[in-house]
Amino acid sequence: MNEAPTNRIRSLIGESELVSVDVSGLGDTDDLYAAGLTSHATVTLMLALEETFDIEFPDRLLRRRTFESIAAMAAAVEEIRSGQVAA
Amino acid sequence: MSDEARIALRDSLVRAGLLIATGVEGVFGRSGLFERIVEGFCDLVDAEAANDGAEVMRFPPVVTRADFERSGYMKSFPQLVGTVHAFNGNERDHATLLRRLEAGEDWTAGQAATGVVFTPAACYPAYPALAARGALSAEGALIDITSWCFRHEPSLDPARMQLFRQKEFVRVGAPDQVIAFRDLWKTRGEAIIAGLRLPLVIEVANDPFFGRAGRMLASSQREQALKFELLVPIASDIAPTACCSFNYHQDHFGHAWDIRRDDGTPAHTACVGFGLEHITLALLRHHGLDVPAWPADIRTALGL
Repeated sequence: MNEAPTNRIRSLIGESELVSVDVSGLGDTDDLYAAGLTSHATVTLMLALEETFDIEFPDRLLRRRTFESIAAMAAAVEEIRSGQVAA
Repeated sequence: MSDEARIALRDSLVRAGLLIATGVEGVFGRSGLFERIVEGFCDLVDAEAANDGAEVMRFPPVVTRADFERSGYMKSFPQLVGTVHAFNGNERDHATLLRRLEAGEDWTAGQAATGVVFTPAACYPAYPALAARGALSAEGALIDITSWCFRHEPSLDPARMQLFRQKEFVRVGAPDQVIAFRDLWKTRGEAIIAGLRLPLVIEVANDPFFGRAGRMLASSQREQALKFELLVPIASDIAPTACCSFNYHQDHFGHAWDIRRDDGTPAHTACVGFGLEHITLALLRHHGLDVPAWPADIRTALGL
């Protein structure tokens, strides 16, 4: 996967219309909840991230904060992948 | 809590004639005395709310399937839903049904969904009814609602019934209006239950969201402190039972049913819910199954 996770995540949010703003204007650290991301949309996003990156979020990352920004999600994805490589 | 403790409590309530067993876990009849405790508690709450000017709404214990679908309940709690199905066939289908019944086979496969679903929480029918009136006034709305509710969670614990009653007040309006309402009822609810001399704690809580995704919804609900429960030990001292809940739904229902404020934005909602069976069971657990022997102040408070 050559594309940066942040770009993939931004596309995922845009394709699923999970926020109420134009994703191209979303910064990596912008608050997605402020941009209209709902709790149920967060679940949709979590499942989409798992499928896209072939990962599984452990319980400790199933928190609101994990999905609060594109950067936070990218960090979680990296953390899970590095853990999976090490394991 | 052990199964033994649950069974012992259930059996003692049935032996005392307060609950009537049906053979299905979590589905009981109630005695006249049990009902008088329920009614006494409702009167106590109504006295507290007497000057609030709440509008009374009563519905049969179903919501329309269309309203249910809009509620988003299936996203969060598919495991608890009770849909109402009915026979919808011709004479031949009827004969098949009877043959299967006679043979002890599954006869339910031909049942078709009706237009109604069991009410999962008392306040659900209030939201579409409000939405149908058009935009709210600046004061918003305050609804008094009580209903039988169904949740599919058979259990040996008599405090976890599948069919039970919730008495609720629902506030609809601006965020500051509904949060002030929830905080007011947190104080009132604590005073009412403490006045009945029940040991209580109030804690941040979460709804029983389904599955792994549900764990995230639960942690998100907790982090935002959207739900508080007033807990009293019933079958277990370690895992006390929620007797009241104080909930802020943000604009979830406002969006789901298109309830609009006077300025056109989606309404925020909050509700306080009293679990009438839970409270009655808590009273029986702490003051004893011999109701005439309860302390005089408790009996007076409940009009017993």
